[in-house]
Amino acid sequence: MTRRFLGFIKALVLLACLIPLLHLLARANGLGDLGANPVQEILHTLGKTSLNLILITLIITPLRKETGLVWLVGLRRTLGLLCFCYVVFHALTYIALDQGFAWNSLFVDVTQRPYITLGFISLLLMVPLALTSTNSAQRRLGRRWAKLHRLIYLAAILGVLHFLLQAKIDISDPIFYSVVLLLLLGYRINTWLKSRQAIKNRGDS
Amino acid sequence: MTLIKRPQDIKASEITPESTFRQRRMLLKTALAMGLIKTANLSAQEDLIPLNQKESGNREQPFPESGRLNDLKSWPSNVSSEPTSFEDVTGYNNYYEFGTSKTDPASNAHTLETHPWTVTVEGEAKKTGTFALEDIIKGHTLEERIYRFRCVEAWSMVVPWVGFPLGDLLKRFEPTSQAKYVQFFTLNDPDQMPGVRYPVLRWPYREGLTIEEAMHPLTLLTVGLYGQVLPNQNGAPLRLIVPWKYGFKSIKSIVRIRFMDEQPQTSWNMANAREYGFYSNVNPDKSHPRWSQATERVLGGSIFSARVPTMLFNGYAEEVASLYTNLNLMTNY
Repeated sequence: MTRRFLGFIKALVLLACLIPLLHLLARANGLGDLGANPVQEILHTLGKTSLNLILITLIITPLRKETGLVWLVGLRRTLGLLCFCYVVFHALTYIALDQGFAWNSLFVDVTQRPYITLGFISLLLMVPLALTSTNSAQRRLGRRWAKLHRLIYLAAILGVLHFLLQAKIDISDPIFYSVVLLLLLGYRINTWLKSRQAIKNRGDS
Repeated sequence: MTLIKRPQDIKASEITPESTFRQRRMLLKTALAMGLIKTANLSAQEDLIPLNQKESGNREQPFPESGRLNDLKSWPSNVSSEPTSFEDVTGYNNYYEFGTSKTDPASNAHTLETHPWTVTVEGEAKKTGTFALEDIIKGHTLEERIYRFRCVEAWSMVVPWVGFPLGDLLKRFEPTSQAKYVQFFTLNDPDQMPGVRYPVLRWPYREGLTIEEAMHPLTLLTVGLYGQVLPNQNGAPLRLIVPWKYGFKSIKSIVRIRFMDEQPQTSWNMANAREYGFYSNVNPDKSHPRWSQATERVLGGSIFSARVPTMLFNGYAEEVASLYTNLNLMTNY
């Protein structure tokens, strides 16, 4: 795999991931429209895209292991950072466009409404991951980097719970996301159990 | 022979002086208010006869073919803001029988058959049975009423509804003294309503009011909006509008009315009693467990429109607060 090919794929991924954002911007500027409740439409589109991207990020490792396409790992950072951007835009839409910087009511929301609390924690968990996404941070942190970045699992769980708990009554979409997340986490648990078994077997013989 | 004279044919002496004209109107108004004159529309109301006791099986169209509802009585609205656009009123709906997204009802509700339509009346009333929609509407003067509409999801709109006071109809069924509540049911037909195949809520959708709420002059039995018959996605052909309560209380496409002596079951309350109470009066101080009700987003705004404060009883406190003087609104939400 050449560097140039990977660069090309990354650029494609970046462009593809920007489509939901560009589509929103186009709709906000008169190409189509955002419907009767534009702020909510923006909020939900950004939130849904964040969830899509966190699940796609988590699919990279299983995909690499199953297909042997090692270069896929090179896309993880791009996807993860794009996901973080959408999460930040989602939060900013809520704080600025929806709540109009009403800090008191925002404080009540974050402290008293469980789904917002969970979403807020999920966002906070992603901050150190985004900050340590550079090559130099990865080198500096060494083995601790991999440990730190396991926080993505928790962030994903909280993100999907955030989605589930805000649903009024129809939870079919959140259930779908929960199942996909459980499969992705299950794959990792399975791998981990197998490796422990392998180590144990080696110790026994 | 000309019955209507052209202006140049009218002699000055024939013209009623304005003061006399006003006096006559005043007299009429006073007499009407005192109940001395039976108004034309009330005398035109025949006794309601159930369909199975009627001789003719022919069913009339309840509304003009054009769908336009004309000669609407105007009503003094206290809403200062402009009505929400027809497009938004008819394109952003909660009507789970046609799907759970806001745009599902507008895309799916064309399968609803609104004629012939019947309403079954049962329970604590002298006149019960199954009645034709055209018989129910006949004789009632349709009014255009501009009301605020506040959804429990903290968005709102302003709608020019067309209808008449529910109480005027309910009286014709002669409820007994045991009738303390009224329950309403929506049509439940999987062939017309794709959403009822999924148990999102308990079907048929049901709602209820106390008899005092049902008889309140603001409670509107609604057949139209924007001067035309209700579009299917807005609850055609017959729905309730209870403007001081969250929108889900304003049940759509009513097929059954039941007078009861105990508090009726309501679909959202059955689904989640903690989140959706029987009364569900609009109250900015009583948060939904998962979101604040203090403010609302007015539909049709731009992305930079701010939320606006929600009013107690959705701004109708002057008219309805007396219904709840002995009720703790924080515990009876």
